[in-house]
Amino acid sequence: MALTESTREEMRAIIARYPKPRSALLPMLHLVQAEEGHVTPEGVALCAELLDLTTAEVAAVVTFYSMYKRRPVGDYHVGVCTNTLCAVLGGDAIFAALKEHLDVGNDETTADGTITLEHVECNAACDYAPVLMVNWEFFDNQTVESAKELVDRLRAGQEVTSTRGPRVRTFREVERVLAGFPDGLAGEGPAAGPASLAGLSLARQRGDTAATAPVDTPPAAKEA
Amino acid sequence: MQLTPVLSAHWDEPDSFTLDGYRRQGGYGALPKALGRPPDEIVQLVKDSGLRGRGGAGFPTGMKWGFIPQGDGKPHYLVVNADESEPGTCKDTPLLMANPHVLVEGIVIASYAIRASHAFIYIRGEIVHVLRRVQAAVAEAYAAGFLGKDILGSGFDLELTVHAGAGAYICGEETALLDSLEGRRGQPRLRPPFPAIAGLYACPTVVNNVESIASVPAIVEHGAEWFRAMGTEKSAGFTLYSLSGHVVRPGQYEAPLGVTLRELLDLAGGVREGHELKFWTPGGSSTPLLTAAHLDVPLDYEGVGAAGSMLGTKALQIFDETTCVVRAVLRWTEFYKHESCGKCTPCREGTYWLVQVLDRLERGEGTEADLDTLLDLSDNILGRAFCALGDGATSPITSSIQYFREEYLAHLEGRGCPFDPVAATVFAGAHAS
Repeated sequence: MALTESTREEMRAIIARYPKPRSALLPMLHLVQAEEGHVTPEGVALCAELLDLTTAEVAAVVTFYSMYKRRPVGDYHVGVCTNTLCAVLGGDAIFAALKEHLDVGNDETTADGTITLEHVECNAACDYAPVLMVNWEFFDNQTVESAKELVDRLRAGQEVTSTRGPRVRTFREVERVLAGFPDGLAGEGPAAGPASLAGLSLARQRGDTAATAPVDTPPAAKEA
Repeated sequence: MQLTPVLSAHWDEPDSFTLDGYRRQGGYGALPKALGRPPDEIVQLVKDSGLRGRGGAGFPTGMKWGFIPQGDGKPHYLVVNADESEPGTCKDTPLLMANPHVLVEGIVIASYAIRASHAFIYIRGEIVHVLRRVQAAVAEAYAAGFLGKDILGSGFDLELTVHAGAGAYICGEETALLDSLEGRRGQPRLRPPFPAIAGLYACPTVVNNVESIASVPAIVEHGAEWFRAMGTEKSAGFTLYSLSGHVVRPGQYEAPLGVTLRELLDLAGGVREGHELKFWTPGGSSTPLLTAAHLDVPLDYEGVGAAGSMLGTKALQIFDETTCVVRAVLRWTEFYKHESCGKCTPCREGTYWLVQVLDRLERGEGTEADLDTLLDLSDNILGRAFCALGDGATSPITSSIQYFREEYLAHLEGRGCPFDPVAATVFAGAHAS
């Protein structure tokens, strides 16, 4: 793990995506995490150098965003949603069980360095609650048992596949995608999960379409 | 009540997210029609359609576009807000997973209308597969000539940059998003000037929600009258309603604006078996809670407003009688405290104190006077900050005290929470059914 000349080149490629260089800072920091596993002082210094900022200006950005880690993260970041809806539906129970099962607290990494456990805020999958994320891939409709089995598989080095995405890659591999370097996995997983199709399936059964909406009703008639 | 799948109409096709899958359904058919008309006609069309912003505020989309000064010599920008983070909100994520091309087509049309030559999609970083799908769609669109130089021979050029955020709810607020996109801490800006005058890099900028822009190709294709035939007079069109929580079939239901929760629950199989509706949010946690008394409120901007709440993002989070409202509100408040960017004192300090007071109430260690303190604090946060985050933080508190004051008091009398959290989980629900 080191920041090399090729890292600099990739950072210059990120800068070229934007009309103004500083806009590249967030993806550049994702790239630092891809290379280093977390945001290191060297990574901050490199971003500052390439963007003509002070390291204090870069550090101020790093500390604002929750995805930037200032300590080493395990190969697998496990985020359990404990915002209200997931918490009530079972997220609190899952998070408590994983803390005990992995013998770690919030934002801590297992002794073997494989898993960092953290509670996360709403991850926009409320219709699949309770939800947890592994390296920012969805694991929908979880239970205490399924969550424990999931982390056991990760620790044993077994393959784990997202319920709506690809086989889980490492934290650093995923950070490259966040930096804007695609990994070619966009085609993995279904177009939509079951809950995403709940309304469409029903519409198909009922024969409902937007085209059959009363297109001949003039707006004036609806105002009445 | 009729479902109106437009955005979601082909999500059950296995390749709906690819260029081939999108084109098979007529995708990119609206683009040449739009490019063949003067830009101002497209702005007028969207104004005529009555499309209102689907990100929560409901501001008329065409009017927002019309605010962009023309002939000013400055670059114009379109920024799509795909930072979906409002608790309960889960509509843009499945849309981008299953149909990213409809957003790309909408972006090209919208950029043409406001005369922007560079557009951005700001996607929250915490859902990497959404990012992958959008990255792939943009790459396909470039390869097919729908992005880049001289699009479809029209002479119109557009660059589209996909940008991942890094974890901050506040970046869903449009001016904080712009600061974040400029590589800064995502903190809201004082308005005026509004983004239409001084947005990204201090240039005229439109910031629109994913669903708003994704609705544009269908409007271009079928016309404003077709769009207005759905929905209500002031809230036109179709939209994605997201049902979650204690409901038999949670998920996305695309329907005309103005349906009621009773109708949607009916479609979704109702509240889980053996239970009844206790409280719900019409549009995310920042919209005041409603109860079973509001089942027949039309879910459009006016109807929900008249009922004392807001349509917001149409994120209908359903909670049954096993849920402790104090616990629910405390958790949301902890969220707002965590996500307050710290710029404005009433929000930064106020959310901190709200959590302290709520926490002791939930543990049964508070007093009845704490309820007045909560309302007083809320009164001092509401409307006193640069953005609406602080306002949103007060919504669950004031509405829950309005409807469930007795439940707060029960925590004091019983010296703790009278609810069994296990009963509210889906695991418990599985045993019951």
